[in-house]
Amino acid sequence: MSDLSNLKDKIAVIGVGNTKYGNFPEIDDYGLAAHAFRNAVEDCGIDKNKVDGMLVCRIPYYARMGEVLGLNPRWTLTLPGHGRMSAMGIIEAATAIAAGHCDYVALMYANIGRSRRVNYGGDESPGTWDPWGFTSPGAAHAMAFRRHMELYGTTTRQLAEVSVAIRHHASLNPDAVMRTPFTIDDHEAARFITAPLRLLDYCLINDGAVCLILTSKERAKDFKKPPVLISGFGARETYSPSPIANFDMDFWYPAVQDAGRQAYQMAGVTHEDIDGLMVYDNFSPTVLFSLEGLGFCARGESGSFVENGALKIGGRIPVNTDGGHLSNSYMQGWALNVEAVRQLRGECGARQIPDCEVVQYVQATPCTRSIIYTKG
Amino acid sequence: MSYTKPLPKPDTLNQPFWKAAREGKFLLQYCEDCGDTRFPPGPVCPKCLSSRQAWKEASGRGTLESWVDMHRAYWDGFKGDLPYRVCLVRLEEGPVVVSNLTDKTDNLRMGQPVKVVYEAVTDDVTLPKFALV
Repeated sequence: MSDLSNLKDKIAVIGVGNTKYGNFPEIDDYGLAAHAFRNAVEDCGIDKNKVDGMLVCRIPYYARMGEVLGLNPRWTLTLPGHGRMSAMGIIEAATAIAAGHCDYVALMYANIGRSRRVNYGGDESPGTWDPWGFTSPGAAHAMAFRRHMELYGTTTRQLAEVSVAIRHHASLNPDAVMRTPFTIDDHEAARFITAPLRLLDYCLINDGAVCLILTSKERAKDFKKPPVLISGFGARETYSPSPIANFDMDFWYPAVQDAGRQAYQMAGVTHEDIDGLMVYDNFSPTVLFSLEGLGFCARGESGSFVENGALKIGGRIPVNTDGGHLSNSYMQGWALNVEAVRQLRGECGARQIPDCEVVQYVQATPCTRSIIYTKG
Repeated sequence: MSYTKPLPKPDTLNQPFWKAAREGKFLLQYCEDCGDTRFPPGPVCPKCLSSRQAWKEASGRGTLESWVDMHRAYWDGFKGDLPYRVCLVRLEEGPVVVSNLTDKTDNLRMGQPVKVVYEAVTDDVTLPKFALV
């Protein structure tokens, strides 16, 4: 058995691309993904026919995707359209390259939830608790955050710091969907969706697509931009017990701690080395849960940790510098991994983290993952 | 007037629970081999994988773990109830279940004792809900 930590710095992201984000009823899933793929191909300058690995997520049919792009890869993988698949896919692609299944993988994700008016609750996603009216991932996160408030004294004004900082970053990102800054008081005045969570604690629902192209570190030298290396990753699911979808009594703390420990050990860094943190922010509380799990603060202390703009660029730890799911785009983690790459390349303009050398991605979800990226 | 909220969907495992709820009982599935107790039910014991799964009546007592107020209706049948309250209850027997808290007060605390109450919503379906003790 080989040790996964041998993959440290062996796989690189060479190209990234995305569509514009918004409401595009005139274009379908394949069209969105094709635009993102073309942008990623242009970003690195690869001959698209060299792409011999294809991973698709939230795209109906892999073979149609290959047909649309004129690709006949020797490795294909489809992941379901669940939030939380992005880092799972990137890790799978990295191991596929290392194992020799393929040399260049294009990972594509498309989401057309805005123009299809997806609700993320009710009869779209039937569940055990429907007769009591308990539905939607947002309600599950509200239930978790209420427990955090009760256990640790966390306040909604502290939670507001998450959304305020991430919107501030979106205001610096010309491509973000929601760019108007707001204050803690604005957050507290927003309407409830599921109390204690308000509108500004919820992610956007928008259309768009993202593509990343990965290869080995050796091959990565042949392309236009400096490669960004995958230096560490870690994984832990929380399936048992999980009678409630998108909810964990422990805030996924053991899983984030475990996945984070694996990633830090593999990369040879600690949380103190992280220059930017990209957190799966489908709902603002996940940022608090992730900070605790990774050890940026002690368990239960994320509320005070995030006060006074700690998550803004220039603060204690810049989080979701593109505006995240809350304000940039709901690309279910994929765009956050692209942002990690762009930060390490120094391409981020007004939202650039100074001297950015190590960026971490984390998703506190039933499938918890973390990836650490470094400059090649 | 017909009932417009979602009703439980009968499956291969859950029918004893809903039959008992009509009779004012709250059932939990348990493992006859290792005693593991849970809701919702499963086809085998997640601890020991035994197929010998049976039902036992719970006390109906528990404590409040968390609660939310739903301000958006994902089904039209809930529109008239907005905002309505959903709670998380830790039953005396161990399992944690989702239900509705019938109390409207904002003066709630984690750990408060609650007990099951039954609401017959149709001729066939009775929903177990919870009330502060």
